Amino acid sequence: MISSSNTLTKIFKFLAYFFIIMFFLFPILWIFMMSFMTNDEILRKVPTIIFSPTFENYIALLKGKINTPAGVMDVFYMQNILNSFILSSCSVLLTLILGIPAAYAFARYKFKGGEDIAFTILSFKFAPALLIIIPLNLYFTKLGLYDSYFALVWVYQLITLPLLLWIVRGYFEDVSEDIEHAYRLDGHSWFKSFWKISIPLARPGIAASSLICFIFAWNNFVFALILGSSSIQPVTVGALSFITASAIPYGLIAAGIVLSVIPTLTLALIIQKYLVEGLSLGAVKG
Amino acid sequence: MSYLEIKNINKRFKDDIVFDDVSLSVNKGEFFVVFGPSGSGKTVLLRLLSGIMSQDSGQIFMDGVCIDDLDPNERDISMAFQNFALYPHMDAFENIASPLIAQKTSPDEIKKRVQEVAELLKIDHVLSHKPKELSNGQKQRTSLARSLVVRPSVVLLDDPLRNVDAKIRYEMRLELPKVLKEFNTTVIYVTQDYKEAMALGERVGVLANSNFTDVDHPTHVYKKPNNITSAKLFGDPTINVLNASNISSGDLSTITASKITIESNNPNLKNQRDLFLGIRPEDIQISNQAHEGAIKVELRAKTPLNLRTVYLLRFEDGVEVLASASEEESLLIDDQKDFYIRFDNSNLNFFDQSESLIQ
Repeated sequence: MISSSNTLTKIFKFLAYFFIIMFFLFPILWIFMMSFMTNDEILRKVPTIIFSPTFENYIALLKGKINTPAGVMDVFYMQNILNSFILSSCSVLLTLILGIPAAYAFARYKFKGGEDIAFTILSFKFAPALLIIIPLNLYFTKLGLYDSYFALVWVYQLITLPLLLWIVRGYFEDVSEDIEHAYRLDGHSWFKSFWKISIPLARPGIAASSLICFIFAWNNFVFALILGSSSIQPVTVGALSFITASAIPYGLIAAGIVLSVIPTLTLALIIQKYLVEGLSLGAVKG
Repeated sequence: MSYLEIKNINKRFKDDIVFDDVSLSVNKGEFFVVFGPSGSGKTVLLRLLSGIMSQDSGQIFMDGVCIDDLDPNERDISMAFQNFALYPHMDAFENIASPLIAQKTSPDEIKKRVQEVAELLKIDHVLSHKPKELSNGQKQRTSLARSLVVRPSVVLLDDPLRNVDAKIRYEMRLELPKVLKEFNTTVIYVTQDYKEAMALGERVGVLANSNFTDVDHPTHVYKKPNNITSAKLFGDPTINVLNASNISSGDLSTITASKITIESNNPNLKNQRDLFLGIRPEDIQISNQAHEGAIKVELRAKTPLNLRTVYLLRFEDGVEVLASASEEESLLIDDQKDFYIRFDNSNLNFFDQSESLIQ
């Protein structure tokens, strides 16, 4: 091992870490700073990190009224965030309900055409959204589902279900069948062994894939843009309304981004505990 | 008084026949050992009995009732797995308590019963530990405790001593029969180690080639194996099987194998012209002196095995045999001198052309 006691090495290490961290985190930092600046400060010729912070942007978003050169404009950004939250969490919830039993079935039972079905579900993820969006739009209009949460949650399954299914399936495959058998032999029903053994042991996978699904659903743009009107639109689409003919309010957009990151970030922090848990569970034998 | 009965079971995985018309009956309270090489279907047998797997045809009876349609949780059978199969997210107490919880036992009773069985198996001090914090020996005891805590009618033990080190294995070989006696339960014990079968089993079934080749008391299987397959599997170093020819005159049969000549009055040998002679390595006496009836052989190799020394010896006609000697005996043998061997005639077995024992 290379000795790291030497001061020079330490300095180099520090610099290396610093640049790597800056490379990834600087845009976030910059957005965070921008959200406390006025548009004039942001557009100053020589950018500076010294400025007098203002909450103007956040207040405008929370109130839903923004001042533009053309006058006061209504925005529904908070409603958009709520929409995003409803859509993403309902999608993840539905995915969990459908995906976990399916993943278990694909992992444990070898049935005719099983692999083909699993692959077909995965292939939904390959298909470009634009390919299916127009027929979907027609169907949904016919079915009267256009502009409903339900429609979007349904369509989001195309994104979230394959992800969860394939990740969790791997985790179920890693759970020793003998552990489930042992639980059955203890006198528990199949459902109990699924609930008390299989699911807890696959929990790190379920947690990780739920988080990924949530993020994918949260970040979706095209489906929400085409299949819903402003009343159910999520932040990704809502943020567009800031861009008007007269101006692009960078400060507002930055504040909007910061607000929209908070739910995902919180969720990630909560789920982190379960992600780590998986590493500490010894499997069958040690 | 047959308690657990297997009738004409067939099981195959695709083209691989695991069981071909297997029948077996085990008595109540018996310690029955299923012995066989790896891949002989020992574990599959336990899986069929426990209901994890189902047979292609044939029936399993417990106390006279067919249990084929019962799910694993509905059978009064418990099992300790070779890989322990402990629940990694529960501590040892919860692991052991699991069968009691399934029976909806009261919490006080659960506490009492788990404590009891844990004390018996000497793991009461680690009940709060998660499986990954347990040593292999403790894991194994926890898994045993879990299978015994409800006092099931039948306990299946799938090679429980396989994954523990030699010291614990010896300890458990002594302790296990004692513990199991307390529970007064029928035990089906699977192992690949013939010594374990000898040490534990009241009866042993030798599983090979899709069926039991021998079902008997372990010493009987060792001394008088039903056929060459059983004889070869049961014992280490393996039994010597020599081609022999027989000339009968009157009641007397004279059997010759590589210059060794044996005379016998056994009437069943009379019409067998070509047969096989089986002799265990420890029944071959080695000496540096040419005693009467001793045959000169050449030493090819020697290796220690447990407390004995095993010699690979070759007759002049090229036939090789294994012989073993105790530590004291081997000290008296000088490897540089000539080797002479003599067969202990009282422990010989003869097998006919179909490899079955000639009684």
